[in-house]
Amino acid sequence: MRNEPSLDTRAEMHRLMVTTRAIEIRLGEMFRDGQTRGPIHRCDGQEAVGVGATQALGDEDYVTTTHRGHHVYVGRGLEPRRIIAEIFGRATGYCGGRGGHMLVGDASRGMLGGNAIVGAGIPAATGMALSIKVRGDNRVAMTVFGDGAAQTGICHEAMNMAGLWKLPVVFLLENNRYGLTVPQSGQSATDHLVDRATGYGMPGTVVDGNDVGAVYAAAAEAIDRARKGEGPTLIEARTYRVEGFSTSDMGGYQDPDEVARWRARDPIALSAEGLRDALGDNLLARIEADARAAVDEAFKQALADPLPEFTLHAASAPYAGGPR
Amino acid sequence: MTVMRYAESLNAALREEMARDPNVFVFGEDIGTYGGVFKVTRDLNGEFPGRVFDTPISEQALTAMAVSAAMTGTRPVLEIMYADFMPLTLDALINQASVFSYVWEGQVDIPFVLRTQGGGGVGTGAQHAKSLDALVAMIPGLKVVAPVTPADAKGLLKAAIRDNGPVIVLEHKLLYNTRGEVPDGDDLLVEIGRARTVREGADVSVFATSRMVLEAEQAAEALAAEGVSAEVIDLRTLRPLDLDAIVTSIAKTHHAVVVNEGWGFNGYAAELSATIMDHAFDLLDAPVARVTMPDMPIPYAEPLESQVIPNAARIAEAARRVLA
Repeated sequence: MRNEPSLDTRAEMHRLMVTTRAIEIRLGEMFRDGQTRGPIHRCDGQEAVGVGATQALGDEDYVTTTHRGHHVYVGRGLEPRRIIAEIFGRATGYCGGRGGHMLVGDASRGMLGGNAIVGAGIPAATGMALSIKVRGDNRVAMTVFGDGAAQTGICHEAMNMAGLWKLPVVFLLENNRYGLTVPQSGQSATDHLVDRATGYGMPGTVVDGNDVGAVYAAAAEAIDRARKGEGPTLIEARTYRVEGFSTSDMGGYQDPDEVARWRARDPIALSAEGLRDALGDNLLARIEADARAAVDEAFKQALADPLPEFTLHAASAPYAGGPR
Repeated sequence: MTVMRYAESLNAALREEMARDPNVFVFGEDIGTYGGVFKVTRDLNGEFPGRVFDTPISEQALTAMAVSAAMTGTRPVLEIMYADFMPLTLDALINQASVFSYVWEGQVDIPFVLRTQGGGGVGTGAQHAKSLDALVAMIPGLKVVAPVTPADAKGLLKAAIRDNGPVIVLEHKLLYNTRGEVPDGDDLLVEIGRARTVREGADVSVFATSRMVLEAEQAAEALAAEGVSAEVIDLRTLRPLDLDAIVTSIAKTHHAVVVNEGWGFNGYAAELSATIMDHAFDLLDAPVARVTMPDMPIPYAEPLESQVIPNAARIAEAARRVLA
């Protein structure tokens, strides 16, 4: 099929998923040791969505994500060291310690950016698509958002305008089945959120969110449509949040059997199965070991990086500012 | 000089800036074919195809889209039909527009203009007559301007469009048909952050915003007949505040009255008087007097509404009180 990832792309996506998972596991350990600051929203089990979707984008394209966006950051090619440095509030982090793990932005990679107001990334990407249309350039904007965000008013407003104006935007709904503690059945009358696409005059498609190749192919097709001026697409990638809402989640509301069923469909294990014949056990093991070693090294460097110094932001100060 | 109506001078500002910069675009409800309910965008959609367009009634997403469009190479000018609808825009202003230039360490500029109009006096009722200046002026990182004269309307809107940060332009529904001399040429810029001395005086300084400047001028006339010399300062920019102009005037008169059409409690006039206490307490011979809306919804019927909108009589009365 035209949009199927090549073997090289599949191997690269595997490496990026292993990288993301290694970061998440280490963050969990450091949280338990009391070494992290603030809540951290891990994306374990959802790596295929963020990595598959962003790997299908072109270098100049834009993407927005959520408070749970480490897989999108890594998939988009941001450096693990600077992501980790931001999580630990270092001067070398993507925001120099001003943002934290939910607000990472890297304009040079079109990563604009993480957003911790649920739903806000949706009109953000839609506005970038409007900018693309006004300027008449060839970029595409993508937003990766959750089933919780799908229930916001701005989701409706933004999708309506994207469909109306045929904006070059891809709506990638990462359905991980929970909005904080409330299951999707407690947030929407339908279990088929993709059906909403019809109401906005755009195509909608459902993919297995734990199959990175399937996510990539669906995203590539939607990006293609958008770039050709044919308008937006809604992709519902079905996955599952196997860790809690955040490191401060005390749990107790997810069915253990359900969690076990999804853990058995781990996207990294599925990806490895698909690559084993083509790459061989040795090469696959080396890719994984190298990725984990690189994450260890990134943590080492980031944790040795300097802390930021405070300066008052002149443009925000009460009586400062003036024209620029 | 040409005598123009306030709405015409805003229209000229938009036309000139769109002609000057192809990245400027204008959108909002009913602003396309119809030219806006106050006719500020009259004829522009024909002159600039694809850059002046009507939108659905979606203030929340529209504001968020303007912010992200501004991050990605365009200079959007969004019209919000009534200031009373500003509460719908607040996530985009408070959590998006004011955040990302700082958090991303200046990786993005946000050259975004939001025009709206407020104010009462013509029976538009509790949901279409408010002045919510304080709501936007409290947000760090935003600039807020409120022109009174046609010349300032043109010069400040042009400066706002050229500014690299978010600027809120507060217009007033009773000013659109007022006339005034506007300098000729397409290079009229009024510096953001500079107040205007409307009338010099020696006994009391009246600091007013938007249409209240006209009421303050009438009050100064009445006071002059009583032998009181009132200085009237049009703040023009609500943030960043022209502190020098305020302190200089108080150093001369030693008495201050602050006037704003919004609510009193926690309102813009409250900020003005606190700022005067911070910076000019030693210059004052009497406490600052505030003239504002009473803390209540705006009623509809003329004999009710006329009691709540601040006017020249109340301003003169406040001046007499501080001088007593």
